[in-house]
Amino acid sequence: MTSELDIFVGNTTLIDEDVYRLWLDGYSVSDAVALRVRSGILEQTGATAAVLQSDTMDHYRTFHMLERLLHAPPKLLHQLIFQIPPSRQALLIERYYAFDEAFVREVLGKKLSKGTKKDLDDISTKTGITLKSCRRQFDNFKRVFKVVEEMRGSLVDNIQQHFLLSDRLSRDYAAIVFFANNRFETGKKKLQYLSFGDFAFCAELMIQNWTLGAVGEAPTDPDSQVDDMDVDLDKEFLQDLKELKVLVADKDLLDLHKSLVCTTLRGKLTVFSEMEANFKNLSRGLVNVAAKLTHNKDVRDLFVDLVEKFVEPCRSDHWPLADVRLFLNQYSASVHSLDGFRHQALWDRYMGTLRGCLLRLYHD
Amino acid sequence: MPGKLKVKIVAGRHLPVMDRASDLTDAFVEVKFGNTTFKTDVYLKSLNPQWNSEWFKFEVDDEDLQDEPLQITVLDHDTYSANDAIGKVYIDIDPLLYSEAATVISGWFPIYDTIHGIRGEINVIVKVDLFNDLNRFRQSSCGVKFFCTTSIPKCYRAVIIHGFVEELVVNEDPEYQWIDRIRTPRASNEARQRLISLMSGELQRKIGLKVLEMRGNAVVGYLQCFDLEGESGLVVRAIGTACTLDKLSSPAAFLPACNSPSKEMKEIPFNEDPNPNTHSSGPSTPLKNQTYSFSPSKSYSRQSSSSDTDLSLTPKTGMGSGSAGKEGGPFKALLRQQTQSALEQREFPFFTLTAFPPGFLVHVGGVVSARSVKLLDRIHNPAFVGIMGNTRSYKLLDWNSFNSDEPETRDAWWAEIRQEIKSHAKALGCHAVVGYSESTSICEEVCILSASGTAAVLNPRFLQDGTLEGCLEQRLEENLPVGCGFCHIPYDELNMPFPAHLTYCYNCRKQKVPDVLFTTIDLPTDATVVGKGCLIQARLCRLKKKAQAEANATAISNLLPFMEYEVHTQLMNKLKLKGMNALFGLRIQITVGENMLMGLASATGVYLAALPTPGGIQIAGKTPNDGSYEQHISHMQKKINDTIAKNKELYEINPPETSEELIGSPIPEPRQHSRLLRSQSESSDEVTELDLSHGKKDAFVLEIDDTDALEDVHSLLTDVPPPPGFYSCNTEIMPGINNWTSEIQMFTSVRVTRLSSLNLTNQALNKNFNDLCENLLKSLYFKLRSMIPCCLCHVNFTVSLPEDELIQVTVTAVAITFDKNQALQTTKTHVEKSLQRASTDNEELLQFPLELCSDSIPSHPFPPAKEHLESASSNSGIPAAQRATSVDYSSFADRCSSWIELIKLKAQTIRRGSIKTTVTVEKASPMGEGNFRNRSAPPCANSTVGVVKMTPLSFIPGAKITKYLGIINMFFIRETTSLREEGGVSGFLHAFIAEVFAMVRAHVAALGGNAVVSYIMKQCVFMENPNKNQAQCLINVSGDAVVFVRESDLEVVSTQHPTANCQPLCAGGEVTT
Repeated sequence: MTSELDIFVGNTTLIDEDVYRLWLDGYSVSDAVALRVRSGILEQTGATAAVLQSDTMDHYRTFHMLERLLHAPPKLLHQLIFQIPPSRQALLIERYYAFDEAFVREVLGKKLSKGTKKDLDDISTKTGITLKSCRRQFDNFKRVFKVVEEMRGSLVDNIQQHFLLSDRLSRDYAAIVFFANNRFETGKKKLQYLSFGDFAFCAELMIQNWTLGAVGEAPTDPDSQVDDMDVDLDKEFLQDLKELKVLVADKDLLDLHKSLVCTTLRGKLTVFSEMEANFKNLSRGLVNVAAKLTHNKDVRDLFVDLVEKFVEPCRSDHWPLADVRLFLNQYSASVHSLDGFRHQALWDRYMGTLRGCLLRLYHD
Repeated sequence: MPGKLKVKIVAGRHLPVMDRASDLTDAFVEVKFGNTTFKTDVYLKSLNPQWNSEWFKFEVDDEDLQDEPLQITVLDHDTYSANDAIGKVYIDIDPLLYSEAATVISGWFPIYDTIHGIRGEINVIVKVDLFNDLNRFRQSSCGVKFFCTTSIPKCYRAVIIHGFVEELVVNEDPEYQWIDRIRTPRASNEARQRLISLMSGELQRKIGLKVLEMRGNAVVGYLQCFDLEGESGLVVRAIGTACTLDKLSSPAAFLPACNSPSKEMKEIPFNEDPNPNTHSSGPSTPLKNQTYSFSPSKSYSRQSSSSDTDLSLTPKTGMGSGSAGKEGGPFKALLRQQTQSALEQREFPFFTLTAFPPGFLVHVGGVVSARSVKLLDRIHNPAFVGIMGNTRSYKLLDWNSFNSDEPETRDAWWAEIRQEIKSHAKALGCHAVVGYSESTSICEEVCILSASGTAAVLNPRFLQDGTLEGCLEQRLEENLPVGCGFCHIPYDELNMPFPAHLTYCYNCRKQKVPDVLFTTIDLPTDATVVGKGCLIQARLCRLKKKAQAEANATAISNLLPFMEYEVHTQLMNKLKLKGMNALFGLRIQITVGENMLMGLASATGVYLAALPTPGGIQIAGKTPNDGSYEQHISHMQKKINDTIAKNKELYEINPPETSEELIGSPIPEPRQHSRLLRSQSESSDEVTELDLSHGKKDAFVLEIDDTDALEDVHSLLTDVPPPPGFYSCNTEIMPGINNWTSEIQMFTSVRVTRLSSLNLTNQALNKNFNDLCENLLKSLYFKLRSMIPCCLCHVNFTVSLPEDELIQVTVTAVAITFDKNQALQTTKTHVEKSLQRASTDNEELLQFPLELCSDSIPSHPFPPAKEHLESASSNSGIPAAQRATSVDYSSFADRCSSWIELIKLKAQTIRRGSIKTTVTVEKASPMGEGNFRNRSAPPCANSTVGVVKMTPLSFIPGAKITKYLGIINMFFIRETTSLREEGGVSGFLHAFIAEVFAMVRAHVAALGGNAVVSYIMKQCVFMENPNKNQAQCLINVSGDAVVFVRESDLEVVSTQHPTANCQPLCAGGEVTT
């Protein structure tokens, strides 16, 4: 006796959170049943394996039918086929668009193209995440990217509006879109210690300060190239950054800067001598990173450069984080006292963000 | 021109991509009603077109309004080739035809295609302007309300319950017409959907006409079914109970429906009779007896109503009279006579209701059922069907084979069955059958017709011809003990129709009661129940040889009685095992397949306090000398005893101890070993009275004489009780639980199992079927575990045998969570509560007559003479009817009742006038429109689709139904030629059922409702052909669209407006949206 057909349809669509998770994680029905059996559900409920199999199949079918709607979450809200309470709808969407840390680290900053999709096999083997789940996450990234890429207005708001995600998740997606668009390198070995959260934090600061949308001048000339206000870095700003070079090129200015910083920090840093010895190197590093940002290639290497030029030297000297903070604060603030330097606003826009990023990136 | 239908196409959304090149669609809409078609403009390149069309106006007869559905087709415009259809929406505009229901249909409807399923949605507004039609010979019956609910709908009061109405229409099935060979599956499906929609419209209209002629204004317990007879046609048949209903909450709404003459006709002038209360004598029975020499309902069918039969029978009068119980005395006898006379005038004193107004049900006799096997044998060459039209012949299997037009043939079939039911009821000393239903099972050319109900004695107060005066009635009611009256036997103790074990009622100790009671109705609210109830099922398979035509039919006929007997025995055994003594909601389904018959009986077992404690089950071995055998027997006996004890604990069955019986020891003396029960076989051809006796012994003896019996005992013990926290029943309410929360989940579950074809035996089949049902239940319990503590109510199993080795089981039920803490309430308070409810209901009922006395009679603007003349003249075409009425009028007692009704009506009229102000209040904020406004608000990101609840029950826990918007009766076909791609059979059917739910919800929401009550999936016919990658499914659902208000909301609002009577409802209606 075999069941040819076995279905259960509720007026209110039943959603089992545990099964949903298993489905999202890309397990096959039989794997999911095995996992559920292991969770001890049979003992708790007195059900049989056959019941569990049928239940799992039902849920998988429902999720499969819902998946089409989840690709455009507002459709899920307006569709009539599945009656789902709003809180459940939110849960379905949020979980569907949630991603694995391990996976996102692999694709962050990569072009969301077919080529990358082909690498998913390797990513799956490497991370231990099922290929199915990798595909879903990748397709989610790509889908969000496609929808908001050309859109005006705040990136986070756009994502939230079109995908009905929570604030937290929308911000994460904004970071993913921003990284994918600017193709920041994140896969290098020396960047491996960084988490997605570190990058997302930096992305948020950069979106807030370094993009066209950040300046708030967009509405005045709608026809110009301000379409992707939050996604693209402000080209003009990047051009201007060359002007900062004077800080290291001009020897007097560099010395003055150093003495200002050292005077203030004397006795306050545990690594004062190291700082004093390294000041010029560090300053050169930071300013050169800024000056190089005119080239796309160098933009991509921003994080590599920051780690190489600043994080690693400090770390090798065992700077405590508090000292890094004191130093960076003083390093940026002292520039205001340099009479010969005219690009104070530019410096603040650059250094304000960079300081935040560096502090976040500075850990083991 | 009696009606103008107005349709506006507003917009579409989520349309499918029809043009691959642009990924867009150029959509336009065709609106069709009858033979008139309008088109909107083409809205270019959009998946969310905004047509915002003008109002398309159709000027049509109200007859067409009732029959025809509004057909909306969405198409993709194509310049070079034919336009592609995207999908259709059929809208039944019937709810717009009665004044109390919806005023507008407006909302998003899923666009449905029989091949692709739902493809986007369309926003439509539909309105109807009806003109009054005074023509009494009209064919339409606008204004008659239809309810699927099998009780008096919650916001109505039954003034009169007229009785049984039935009708059937027959047509060719488009799927079997010759043209089907050349048209596409889509065209064929659509032709079928449209035809069935038309036929149900026509059927409803014809039933409505019968109701109007019976002077009713509503049909309650309306059940419409399709018989897909294949080559021989398609039958749509319906039964229901005609009533005169009166709206309770706001009498203002009781305005005469568009052109219903029912009320005027009722106002027959008997006001000259000044004092009806002085008549203490009973009605003149002899006079009455004269009237039933013909069947008056015949006269109701003036036009084509085909369902009348010429079967005139002479009813056995005085069957129960003179033999009433000692205590009942003359009153009981009198009551019996009166009821009898009132009911015997009817051709079929049947009621499709399963729950009744308090005091309606006097005694219950037991279940009566009848089955008949018929052959749908075609005589003419199939190729000529399309041309030959209706001139086809059928051959009756059993008696007088004759040729006639089809509807008459089907009518005759049903008339036979009904006649049989009626005579069974008579044999039980009952004059009426309640909880009546009919069903069919068709396999190839064999058809089993089944009817069943519960024989009962009714209180004539609610019946049209009832002639009891108030004083007598009151004394009678005092005499009737509350909570056990319905259990008392209606038949003569000395002249019992079947051997039964009678005892004095355990409640009142005055009247006799049977040891077990089987019924098809819901548990009466005033019944005293001990503990909780539970779902009890009997499942049975019988192999049958494949045969053709008559041989096949004969084989089935021969098997039926044995199946009935086995089903009954199983039910009885399981009932005993549960320690209970009564079954409610019994439904026995016999399904016929190619090579087997299946029987499935479901009922809710309870322990009625009035009935004796059931004895246990005693196992008797045949060879008592064999030691090991004896040991085995005693081991089984122990297991059974343990199970009974466990069940008693589980269902909290602790009846008060009585002197005669010891509850703890269900097993009686061993002397009963000798009793041989299996030998008892009294099955006649089509007759089954399920109240077969099982002797005067306290214990029920199972004799194990062969392996069959052993199997039976084993299967008894394999039924596992539901997991803790779960209860189940197939009635509306679970006895013993009364604190439902508002969390409900209606669901449909379908399973199809393939039997291994190798050496099937009856035992293996039984086991397979049993496992299938048990596993299905287990799955349900598992799926709904988050709702614990919870009860599955109205569990409705349907079995079909779509192919040789396939068994399909479909279950629809509702899971309701209840509050565990309050659940511990004793049954006593429950009874008190229900008593209270009953008494308040009674007060409500008395309200009108009481008010009457204070109102001065002349204030009523009588147009009596004229009305009478009119009604007489309208009847002039049918002399029979006129004669019938005149006989009735001459009856003195009738006059009284007419007078009372007249006064009641007058009271309503007066009331109507006095609350004019509230009417305007209501008009200012009509609930339906309120809902509509909210729904059609521009969709913002956070807005979701309004929730529509669905339930097979007639009520919504924790809520009050404030308005009935009309009947929902929908039929869908879905077909696929890419079964694998759609997820196989499960994926296909899962999606389809979800779509059906969605379409029902959308229609309800468009009517301004927020729930469907009495929802039922009447048919789910699934066929597959995996080799061709094809499948097809037909689903028929129905229910009542309603507006409900949460009780909590209602309270809040009513505290705000403590003075207004009508306002809370209106305001509450808006709160819920």
